[in-house]
Amino acid sequence: MSETAQKTTPLYQEHVQRGAKIIPFGGWLMPVQYTSIIEEHQAVRNNVGIFDISHMGQLLVSGPAAAEWLNTMLTNNIDKLEIGQGHYTFLLNERGGIVDDLIVYRIEGQMFLLVVNAARTDEDFAWLNRHRAKDVGLKNRSADFGGVAIQGPRMVELFRALFGKDSDPPGRNRIVDLPFDGTSVSVARTGYTGEDGVEVFFRAGDAAKFWNAALEKGKAFGIKPCGLGARDTLRLEVCYPLNGSDLSPERNPIEAGLGFFVDLTKPNFIGREVVSKMKENGSPENLVAFRMQAKGPPPRPHYPVFDKDERVGEVTSGTLSPSLNYGIGMAYVSAPHAKIGTRIDIEIRGQKFPATIEKKPLYKKS
Amino acid sequence: MNVPDDLLYTETHEWIRREGENVRVGITDHAQSELTDVVYVELPKMDRQVNAREAIAVVESVKAASDIYAPAKGTVVEVNKALEADPGLLNREPFGEGWIFVLKIDNPDDLKQLKDAAAYRQQIG
Repeated sequence: MSETAQKTTPLYQEHVQRGAKIIPFGGWLMPVQYTSIIEEHQAVRNNVGIFDISHMGQLLVSGPAAAEWLNTMLTNNIDKLEIGQGHYTFLLNERGGIVDDLIVYRIEGQMFLLVVNAARTDEDFAWLNRHRAKDVGLKNRSADFGGVAIQGPRMVELFRALFGKDSDPPGRNRIVDLPFDGTSVSVARTGYTGEDGVEVFFRAGDAAKFWNAALEKGKAFGIKPCGLGARDTLRLEVCYPLNGSDLSPERNPIEAGLGFFVDLTKPNFIGREVVSKMKENGSPENLVAFRMQAKGPPPRPHYPVFDKDERVGEVTSGTLSPSLNYGIGMAYVSAPHAKIGTRIDIEIRGQKFPATIEKKPLYKKS
Repeated sequence: MNVPDDLLYTETHEWIRREGENVRVGITDHAQSELTDVVYVELPKMDRQVNAREAIAVVESVKAASDIYAPAKGTVVEVNKALEADPGLLNREPFGEGWIFVLKIDNPDDLKQLKDAAAYRQQIG
């Protein structure tokens, strides 16, 4: 894809002005880092960081049949959601494969906001539209909204500096509308870093105003603007899956170890049969977390996984963990080798390096 | 971006310093700034015979692994072991302590293929 065909977020000029390194990502030109992935990673672990997440898609589903219909399209049970509450869920194909992983919020009794992966937005919309039931409204509002994630242990302090000293962020997985500098923004207590954090959505025209205000007020708390590089190392340390790497239409939530977000007590949703069978019979392969046992090259996606001379799987995500300072990753490995503590080898440029399968998450706050 | 006048350069962002029959090789300031946060360096084996433009070392950042190429035909006679313990040397001192290997080159004429500082500056804009 040529650069001219890539989309830009309403914060693109801000990134360029601050000297971010820009890369194409899922059809978007996004900052991969500003100064250093490791520095940005540490800012989020120790203080607070802000990420542009405007590339993520926002789909609105509404109408009297919206909840009932969404329950046939998504794996988690939408009836569990009160107004202002969200949860993690999957959109599956008929084979039980993951079209997308997303967060759905009930923002009104009969209105739902789906926050989906950037690269999948159009596909999700087309899929949902094709299966749309009567009395269900569906809109792709992605171009109208921008968003940022504010993540890190000092998030609450920054939140109060932005929204008033007596204000509190919403509870975990809750979303609220708040006034901000003459406009209104939606704040959700969610994130993709393993730290306390919020994701803030606003009209595209308000993006620069909010971004710059957060960076200005955040100075007192050691804020750093962060790119996709740090976003990836942060999420991998806590084993949050990345769509397109750890999740794909060829993998279902059971194999990915995410059956918790699939409600098999629901009588029917797309992909249910396959997922239900796999849950009963066990999956032939599992997504596991692993760590390298010795100093060496960091693991990367697509490196083969071995048990002695037998190839037993493939790495889907890998990096040098900035918090732990050793190589970490996730891989699909055949079930007999997926137990915690199993010793495996990762093959890197023809040479095998020892690793062990570890409990998720790989990183826990001490 | 620092591009010293007394060095030669490759299209693939290695710098080359002539030292008699040998050349010392590293990556440029521009390259280290593009890679950022080098976390691992795989050095070439000592005494390895290499061809021009052959990938003989690997520099890994948090994000990706990048090949480092031999600038000319020759033999590896020295490698920078310090990079194994402190790969960040590549970021901090790309033209100094962050050198990667030394080649004894077969034919000094091979170096005529390389860029001078002005040409490399033009390449990186």
